[in-house]
Amino acid sequence: MSIFVDETTTVVVQGLSPTSQGLYHGKRNRDYGTKVVAGTNPGRGGEVIEGIPVFATVAEAVEATGASASFVSVPPAYAAAAILEAAEAGISFIVCITEGIPAHDEARTYNRLVQDHPGTRLLGPNCPGIISPGKCNIGITSGDIALAGGPVGIVSRSGTLTYQALHELSQQGVGQTTCVGIGGDPVPGTNFIDCLAAFQEDPDTLAVMMIGEIGGSEEERAAEFISEHVTKPVVCYIAGVTAPPGRRMGHAGAIISGSQGTAQAKMEALSAAGAVVAQNPTEAGVRMVEIVKGLG
Amino acid sequence: MDLFEYQGKQYFARYGIPTSPGGVASTADEAVAQAEAAGYPVVVKAQVKVGGRGKAGGIKLAADAEEVRRHAGAILGMDIKGHVVHRLWIEHASDIAEEYYASFTLDRPAKTYLGMLSAEGGVEIEEVAATNPGAIARLHVDPVRGLDVEAARRWADEAGLPDAARDPAAEVLVALYRCYEEGDCDLAEINPLILTTGGRVHALDAKVTLDDNARFRHREWEEFAATETEDPREQMARDKGLNYVGLSGDVGIIANGAGLAMSTCDVVSQVGGAPANFLDIGGGANADVMSAALEVINADPSVRAIFVNIFGGITRVDEVAKGVIEALGRVDLRSPIVLRLDGTNVQEGRALLQPHLSERLMAEATMLEAARRSVALAAAGERGSEERA
Repeated sequence: MSIFVDETTTVVVQGLSPTSQGLYHGKRNRDYGTKVVAGTNPGRGGEVIEGIPVFATVAEAVEATGASASFVSVPPAYAAAAILEAAEAGISFIVCITEGIPAHDEARTYNRLVQDHPGTRLLGPNCPGIISPGKCNIGITSGDIALAGGPVGIVSRSGTLTYQALHELSQQGVGQTTCVGIGGDPVPGTNFIDCLAAFQEDPDTLAVMMIGEIGGSEEERAAEFISEHVTKPVVCYIAGVTAPPGRRMGHAGAIISGSQGTAQAKMEALSAAGAVVAQNPTEAGVRMVEIVKGLG
Repeated sequence: MDLFEYQGKQYFARYGIPTSPGGVASTADEAVAQAEAAGYPVVVKAQVKVGGRGKAGGIKLAADAEEVRRHAGAILGMDIKGHVVHRLWIEHASDIAEEYYASFTLDRPAKTYLGMLSAEGGVEIEEVAATNPGAIARLHVDPVRGLDVEAARRWADEAGLPDAARDPAAEVLVALYRCYEEGDCDLAEINPLILTTGGRVHALDAKVTLDDNARFRHREWEEFAATETEDPREQMARDKGLNYVGLSGDVGIIANGAGLAMSTCDVVSQVGGAPANFLDIGGGANADVMSAALEVINADPSVRAIFVNIFGGITRVDEVAKGVIEALGRVDLRSPIVLRLDGTNVQEGRALLQPHLSERLMAEATMLEAARRSVALAAAGERGSEERA
């Protein structure tokens, strides 16, 4: 099993044109085996681009193809509207990789989804996407570095650290059920707790790797959730021990405000919750491999 | 982007938040002219993006031109917590009856906006939160519904503002909310928000942080960006479109992805070194981006060794290796480089690099080994420069 997406997931790529990022990544996802069934573009309804039928709106694409998930990689100014269009069309899982969306657009969009479209889950924005190895890949993760078959679930706020984690495990022959990049922005549609809860429920996921970073208090809240609800082993790594306060470290959400959001506080909370806290990504991989081997 | 007080007040004015009449000055003569226009008595205020200006002697009351000249002369050039004063804000002095606090920011865990209002203003809000948390009335505002004047009135009552202040304060709170939301602020704070002896409520200070992601829809922010004083290294990186934060160590860092870049800084620190910077070159590590990154690192005189840490996903390691080799042909580096390349097509990438390896360009298989190597090289470079001196 896997969480959120699997071999039955069908994807519509929003903003598809012969030169768009969406086409580039959508084709890669399709090559991986993902069921990319449609694209949308208000000016290109009725066209077929690289074998992908294009519709003017998401609603038309859903009606014609039954797409269940959407992939948004449109520029920041248009991302909020694209997400809401997908939700209104009945899409239940939206992946938005767009970086640089204003925080207020994210806050308004998130709350609009919660209030008007409670059945829709948004992943991102500013995330690498999601991969259930061997089944479905939506986003920019390279399928080559993932290994199907489980038993590890991965959830991460960072893109390249996620790839690093996948790589470390795959090289040791340890597979993954699903790897979720929740993104580094201040208002993520899906958070650590959503993923931890789903991995806890998933019978094929036997251990979880969680990669966090400075800023906000999501890791601390995840620690509370782990101590109360997660019985599976969790290995954590938190980036940004050396980050100075008050500076955005690349990600819009990676900022220490006053004494809030430091890596140290997050590591202490996770450690107190019973998670294994590694000092660097390599150690996190090594510890996870040990745990998986111990599971027999 | 943080704004100076005077810029924050200009921004407030766009949304109808009342402030005192005043103007900006960068010389004593200009200060006097602004004081004449605002009307005596005036307050002469240092413009620096740091708290504690009053305690440092950066805020003075002046009754006439002579006092303005004297205070302006003393405050201009003053160093307040490492920030040198280049500008003053001169405004008409207010008759203060009471001081309040008001702000809006994002409550990240709740994913809604958080307003904070207190009848105890004029002091650091963190101090109020620590010593008398009951004095702060918190209001969660739904980003979809917004804040209306009725809710703002109830909020003012809850915070214990007197009846005389309630209605004018509610107007200001609604205007501050609009400024925060429509104005794309990360933080919009008034401390103190004052009630004058004449019964007016207005902003005596302004602390505004703008969301850099919203720059594309605010052309009016260009003038604010023009006065941003920053680290020359950061200026150079910004001009080249790179994501850079200056730190104080001697190991230059280049990585792809914000998380990996942060992690690289951490690992360098764990093995006893000190990172000179955070630099995320993003997904496409081609020769142009790599050259730009190396130029920025090379311009930092503190750097003694460079650690390039790339994990190839969509950008394959062999493409990254080609980019590094080409960039090295373009940039004349002062410091040795340690490369750690991993990910898709790593064998092909390492094979491409092999003939180029030397004591100026080294490769290590893991992040930890590469960190140790670059820290050792930086220490050796330090000794070398001391011996030469």
